Amino acid sequence: MRRYFLKKISIYLLTFWVAVTIDWGIPRLMPGNPLQVFLLKFRAQPDAAKYLQAYFYKAFGFNEPLWKQYLYYWDGIFHWNLGVSMFYYPTPVATVIGQHIFYTMGLLVPAIICAYFVGNRLGAMAARRKVLDNSILPASYLISGTPYQWFAMLLAFFLGALWHLLPESNAFAFGTTPVWTWTFIGNFLEHWILPFLSLFFIMLGGWAIGMRNLIIYELESDYAHWLQMLGSPARLVRRYAYRNAVLPQLTGLALALGTFVAGQIVTEIVFNYQGVGLLFFNAITNSDIFLMQGAFLLVIIGVLVANFVIDIVYVLVDPRTRVSMMGAEG
Amino acid sequence: MSLRVEGLKIYYRTLYGDVKAVDDVSFTVDDGEIMGIAGESGCGKSTLGNGIMRLDGRMRKVGGTVELDGVELPIGDDRAMDRLRYKELSIIPQYAMSALNPTRRIRTITRDLLKTKKVRYSAEIEEFRRRLDLVGLDEKVLRQYPIELSGGMKQRIVMVISTLLNPSLLIADEITSALDVSTQRAVGEMIIEFRDRGYVKSVMVITHDLSILAQISTTILVMYAGKLAEKASADTIINAPLHPYTQLLISSLPEVGVRYEDRVLSGIVGTPPSLLDPPEGCRFHDRCPFAFERCHEEPPFDEVAPGHFVACWLRSKSSVSADAAAAAPVADGGEG
Amino acid sequence: MTDADAPAEGMRPASGTAPAGSDPPPVLAHGTAPDPDGMAAQPGAATEAVAPVSSPLPGAPKRRRHEFLYFAVRNKKLLVGISVVGFFVLVAIFGPWLTSYAPLATGNTGWHPPSGRHWLGTTYFDEDVFSQVVYGIRASFEVGVLGGCFSVLLGMLVGFTAGYRGGWMDEILNLVTNVVIVIPLFAMLLIIGGYLHQLSLLWEAALIGMFSWPWAARAIRAQTFTLKNREFVGLARLSGESSSKIIWREIAPNMSSYLMLTFILLFGGAILTASFIDFVGLGPQGVVTLGTMMNNAFFWDALDLHIWWWFLPPGAIITCIVGGLYLTNAGLDEVFNPKLRSL
Repeated sequence: MRRYFLKKISIYLLTFWVAVTIDWGIPRLMPGNPLQVFLLKFRAQPDAAKYLQAYFYKAFGFNEPLWKQYLYYWDGIFHWNLGVSMFYYPTPVATVIGQHIFYTMGLLVPAIICAYFVGNRLGAMAARRKVLDNSILPASYLISGTPYQWFAMLLAFFLGALWHLLPESNAFAFGTTPVWTWTFIGNFLEHWILPFLSLFFIMLGGWAIGMRNLIIYELESDYAHWLQMLGSPARLVRRYAYRNAVLPQLTGLALALGTFVAGQIVTEIVFNYQGVGLLFFNAITNSDIFLMQGAFLLVIIGVLVANFVIDIVYVLVDPRTRVSMMGAEG
Repeated sequence: MSLRVEGLKIYYRTLYGDVKAVDDVSFTVDDGEIMGIAGESGCGKSTLGNGIMRLDGRMRKVGGTVELDGVELPIGDDRAMDRLRYKELSIIPQYAMSALNPTRRIRTITRDLLKTKKVRYSAEIEEFRRRLDLVGLDEKVLRQYPIELSGGMKQRIVMVISTLLNPSLLIADEITSALDVSTQRAVGEMIIEFRDRGYVKSVMVITHDLSILAQISTTILVMYAGKLAEKASADTIINAPLHPYTQLLISSLPEVGVRYEDRVLSGIVGTPPSLLDPPEGCRFHDRCPFAFERCHEEPPFDEVAPGHFVACWLRSKSSVSADAAAAAPVADGGEG
Repeated sequence: MTDADAPAEGMRPASGTAPAGSDPPPVLAHGTAPDPDGMAAQPGAATEAVAPVSSPLPGAPKRRRHEFLYFAVRNKKLLVGISVVGFFVLVAIFGPWLTSYAPLATGNTGWHPPSGRHWLGTTYFDEDVFSQVVYGIRASFEVGVLGGCFSVLLGMLVGFTAGYRGGWMDEILNLVTNVVIVIPLFAMLLIIGGYLHQLSLLWEAALIGMFSWPWAARAIRAQTFTLKNREFVGLARLSGESSSKIIWREIAPNMSSYLMLTFILLFGGAILTASFIDFVGLGPQGVVTLGTMMNNAFFWDALDLHIWWWFLPPGAIITCIVGGLYLTNAGLDEVFNPKLRSL
């Protein structure tokens, strides 16, 4: 048990170190100076450009030897000092990200949970009957092959731009400010539906396919075979199979996190939904280096934390791992 | 009379045609009888045992009847069979060690199983504990997950659960193949004990291991290429077999405990015929050292002595060829 | 025909903890990863005739090919998948002859809906959508094949080495795999692309390959482990063959069907990922891809201007191609893996 988690944690720490090093290293390794590209935008205001250059050179530590720059960078991370956003100047990157993270979570977490359960159910249904298998499965493959941005655009176009059923852009109506009033919450939810549906739907296919295959595998297993030999009704066999298949699906959840990141980012872009994904995108289009680094770091931290949570939940939920690790009766 | 099998045919559907794994097989199993089924790998013994219990997707009953305690079993009608399975006939599967759902506790598995037979767990719990005790298991296993138990423990639990409703017929499929010799003995004794205590009326033991049959079975049925070759009391089969195949099978076992599947049958030339397109007549004839003209016709499974059945023209009552009988290496023992 | 007794034995992996299929390709949330157990099972004699398996054991290769074809031509998934992908391959090859417009040539008269002159209409800049689509399909296949190849090769390199060598080599490679598998591919590509500002087609494919090999490596490693202990590999080792020769001559051919399935999934995944990168605007410039079409359409307000013919075709085509590839994969999986055939 301890060994298991120590191993997991050390892998995650190593991953974090690698990611941070990449985050730090890429702008320094890339041909050309990323700062120059950014500063080009201030050609018209030489004073500002000069000031910014001085500031960023200092912040970046470009005047220092590389190893010192690296240490400064880590020091900044430990103090949650990720520099100042150029685009939102002079707001610190940490603050900017903090303002956006709620929107991302509000979209991503419900979408993942709903898709997980609905998708697994669909997969279980597909494994049960041939008719369903012949309809759910092909649909699932098509969904899995759909580019997220395209599906988001479909929803935005038909339900938003064409039929005006739901707002297709932003997290809340232009001109309103986020406050805890019912009007605002209603407005927020209205804007939330389309991006949520888009994410939710896109995730469905993978779960359904995975669940179907896992259940078929379970139905082939010895315990299922023995139950059938003893004349147990299909209902009991399926119940066991579903239970046993849904647990490994949790590890699938960890592996699918990377996909969710991609889905989340492009969905936020299409719906102009002001989460971290849109922020990341804006940072890239504006060459806002610090913001880019910060957003990447946040994505990495989010994925690592999620992985760790899934590890814990999996161990607790599945008696196979729980018992072998804790030895106790759960 | 516990089990009566009459002309049973079970075929496998394959890409290349039907594999006649059990082809026109008739025999009976008495109350209290522990009948071993022996034969090389692929002779159809497992199909016979499992087929009586449940036909899987590719298996098909082509003909014949199976009666248990005078009632015909609706083999082929899965629904109807479900009502009889577990209660009237039960099985200890080959994979007993992995037959328990890994994510359920033993008591949950048992409760769920009993519920499907409309039996209340609480009504059986005392008996269940007693029987676990009989096979040397503490009742705390009830609260455990299969992963916490050793393979041997899991097998014993499966044995107890399988026979908890006192079925009339128990089919034990290769239950000793994964065990070491001393555990094999213990499992064998448990089977006898279960029979003696009336937990099961009769048992069919399918195995590759003749030594275990010598230990526990009252009778042995020898199968070859989907057909019955010989059936007699265990003593007779081991000491005075009549069918040339049985003789070679027994003589090719130099010491007890060697499983014939692991070794090439040194005494028998050739390999068993394909069951896709089995040869006419006696299926053993092209490997049989004593084959003669008549063997191109199918030999009947005749009772040559009380309780001793053989399918061989050499021994057939209907036409014993004196020459051929004299040529056989083993004396008839004055019974013929 | 050696055993009619227990056609299922040997195909059933020892039951236990997490079963196969939980190691997914990153793009397909998970699941269609070909079941390694189905292949890694010991088919032995038991399964040969009654339930044919893609048996790594020598014996009756002709019959197996026959069986493969038998099931292949009867597998609807496989047929539909291959037809769809094949259709678009043909379009990619012959499409340019069907159109008289260069993909980026503009007529300067604003956008037009589909018509006889422009089968799929024109863009905001009056470029012919059909010729853009045709060239975009080409680009998609290029990225997919290259990206798929890169990642399969990397996965094979890591998987074979780790699985065959074992020991500390395995430990290290495993660690690397575990680290790379956690880092989200798309975030990685965004940050690299963000500094480079744009990625050429080749770079795009290379980067996708560089970060999407881990799950393939894991599965290949597991397979290598089981194959390595087989008799024929032991024989080759005894006869003094070098490790790389054993891997290429003995181990790789025995998992060729599996490698093919893996490649197909990575192929589809690469197309999807490339479409994200292009959509975000980091894709190759001066080249039309289906992703950049969606990028242009979206950022030039095709939604609000109702220029639906601009953004609908590229996405629909990607969906068909990638969905077709996944379907092909599933079909092949069923053909190779008898356990899945029944349903």
